[in-house]
Amino acid sequence: MTTVALKPATMAQALTRALRDAMADDPAVHVMGEDVGTLGGVFRVTDGLAKEFGEDRCTDTPLAEAGILGTAVGMAMYGLRPVVEMQFDAFAYPAFEQLISHVARMRNRTRGAMPLPITIRVPYGGGIGGVEHHSDSSEAYYMATPGLHVVTPATVADAYGLLRASIASDDPVVFLEPKRLYWSKDSWNPEEPQAVQPIGRAVVRRTGRSATLITYGPSVPVCLEAAEAAQAEGWDLEVVDLRSLVPFDDDTVAASVRRTGRAVVVHESGGYGGPGGEIAARVTERCFHHLEAPVLRVAGFDIPYPPPMLERHHLPGVDRILDAVGRLQWEAES
Amino acid sequence: MTVMEQRGAYYRPTPPPAWQPRTDPAPLLPDARPYRVLGTDAAAEVDPALLRRLYAELVRGRRYNAQATALTKQGRLAVYPSTTGQEACEVAAALVLEERDWLFPSYRDTLAAVARGLDPVQALTLLRGDWHTGYDPHEHRVAPLCTPLATQLPHAVGLAHAARLKGDDVVALALVGDGGTSEGDFHEAMNFAAVWQAPVVFLVQNNGFAISVPLAKQTAAPSLAHKAVGYGMPGRLVDGNDAAAVHEVLGDAVAHARAGNGPTLVEAVTYRIDAHTNADDATRYRGDSEVDTWRAHDPIALLEHELTERGLIDADGIQAARDAAEAMAADLRERMNQDPQLDPMDLFAHVYAEPTPQLREQRALLRAELEAEAEAHAEGTGR
Repeated sequence: MTTVALKPATMAQALTRALRDAMADDPAVHVMGEDVGTLGGVFRVTDGLAKEFGEDRCTDTPLAEAGILGTAVGMAMYGLRPVVEMQFDAFAYPAFEQLISHVARMRNRTRGAMPLPITIRVPYGGGIGGVEHHSDSSEAYYMATPGLHVVTPATVADAYGLLRASIASDDPVVFLEPKRLYWSKDSWNPEEPQAVQPIGRAVVRRTGRSATLITYGPSVPVCLEAAEAAQAEGWDLEVVDLRSLVPFDDDTVAASVRRTGRAVVVHESGGYGGPGGEIAARVTERCFHHLEAPVLRVAGFDIPYPPPMLERHHLPGVDRILDAVGRLQWEAES
Repeated sequence: MTVMEQRGAYYRPTPPPAWQPRTDPAPLLPDARPYRVLGTDAAAEVDPALLRRLYAELVRGRRYNAQATALTKQGRLAVYPSTTGQEACEVAAALVLEERDWLFPSYRDTLAAVARGLDPVQALTLLRGDWHTGYDPHEHRVAPLCTPLATQLPHAVGLAHAARLKGDDVVALALVGDGGTSEGDFHEAMNFAAVWQAPVVFLVQNNGFAISVPLAKQTAAPSLAHKAVGYGMPGRLVDGNDAAAVHEVLGDAVAHARAGNGPTLVEAVTYRIDAHTNADDATRYRGDSEVDTWRAHDPIALLEHELTERGLIDADGIQAARDAAEAMAADLRERMNQDPQLDPMDLFAHVYAEPTPQLREQRALLRAELEAEAEAHAEGTGR
């Protein structure tokens, strides 16, 4: 029986706690970005850090993403462990050259002599009514770049545990924060130490035997909702939360699909050239003889991210997921 | 009450504070003409030992450029971007730094790395093509040679800033070309350096061309050194073929940074005597007469003239410098003519601290291919 009452905490608060604990544990950890100091970040994830650790540890930088990441590279070269905040998904694009040409390659370029333990936090995805350039799902770009880890939490506890692991990693990590889950709540005990989650392990969020929904980040709660709704149709859906897109947990995903024999990949990112194509291929390569139907994808449309008043038509929702599940060749069973 | 009637409540007889001039730009402005030492009264102030040291390094550097270019013709280097004509900048940039300082070279600056003490074979690894960086950057505090233009500049700023945060007495000196000053990373690095007052020195070697494009198509600035003023740091303009002048200006900038006074942008006006690389044809974009004009302003000739005129070096001294350069070239030639020993499995060794499961699979695939290859080879040779 617990003696301390569990309190609801938001994902944003869990991220703040992870940053604060990391900074307290390791003086090499430096937070930097636009508005992260006095303001505490536009999503308040760095709230209070400048006050607690000083502006040298939590620094408001000039407004230039390539410069932010480029100087973070130099700081990491000197032994610091920078945690960079990119204000929004689409604002991270100016930093792509530093990310792709240097952050992702420096360890390899120097045969391990110069690793870059940099965490790049990127709020991503839609569903918050953001105007243009504030709702992109940019994970496919990062996944396509060898040398980066790509991590994204879907729960409050994972937000803490995965961010701690990302900051502790000696490799660069692109840490994708689902914007619309920032204010999602979960109960946890803020007095107790929270668990650090290993990078590269998927987790089964809901067990089921009819089909597997493979998803991550902002689409995890949508898939869980779809799984509940699917019960009315007689489908018992399993939901796998990937948590890490690089490295990819083939074992957990394949084990689930071998159990259920059917799979749908769900994400907000566009389908063409998106993560779902890679995931479907990997599942097919590993589970071909267990599959009762082709692996389907429910993705965002292949369009520039829509204006906020139309975004609900773009984002994968419960109905679209259930429609896909319905197309998994159930006739063969009857 | 109308707005006009309210006016007295908010009308300011003086402009708001944000209208006041914030920094006096005058002290930041570069000289109108490149600063020179050799052939001027200032030369007498320079330590003769430094002049002789610079001379020996320039002669060695010229020979290094010639040898590396020759190695491309023998197929021992994939490509070589020469700094013939720019040796004064390359050498001075290395000599003004203390051991604890850091040098951030571009792909053209292998000579600066060598002058800082790096083994030439290691410095040329990228250009030979056996790996991307042939040295541990921490050993001589030389960052990896950087190919994407100007992207190493924010690294230098970040490193210098980190050293300052840790309380270490470290200056970073970053090299870039005239073409690189058009890149966004140049701008962002200058801005971050000045805002943070980072102990960093930027040396722009204005060698006249970005491959084929002349400076006039690159910028409309009064000079590249003038760009410093916009960032709030001093700009210095120096004759890049005058080794004593470059050494003095860079030395001052390093001392300025070390004293906590922040960054400096130095533009050294020089000329790329050779083509962009061995693969380039410079006759398509410039005439011989222009090159001849610059040959007459050769950095080695300028310094040799100063030394001999003032009796600071004799024929034996000159010969000794040339002999040392020949010995370096012979050693480089001999070692570069040996085939590097490569292990293809290294391709997977350093992508991450630990290979991902996916890379482990791919590594196994390559290993199997190599074993099959070796087996076929063994059968083919009857062993």
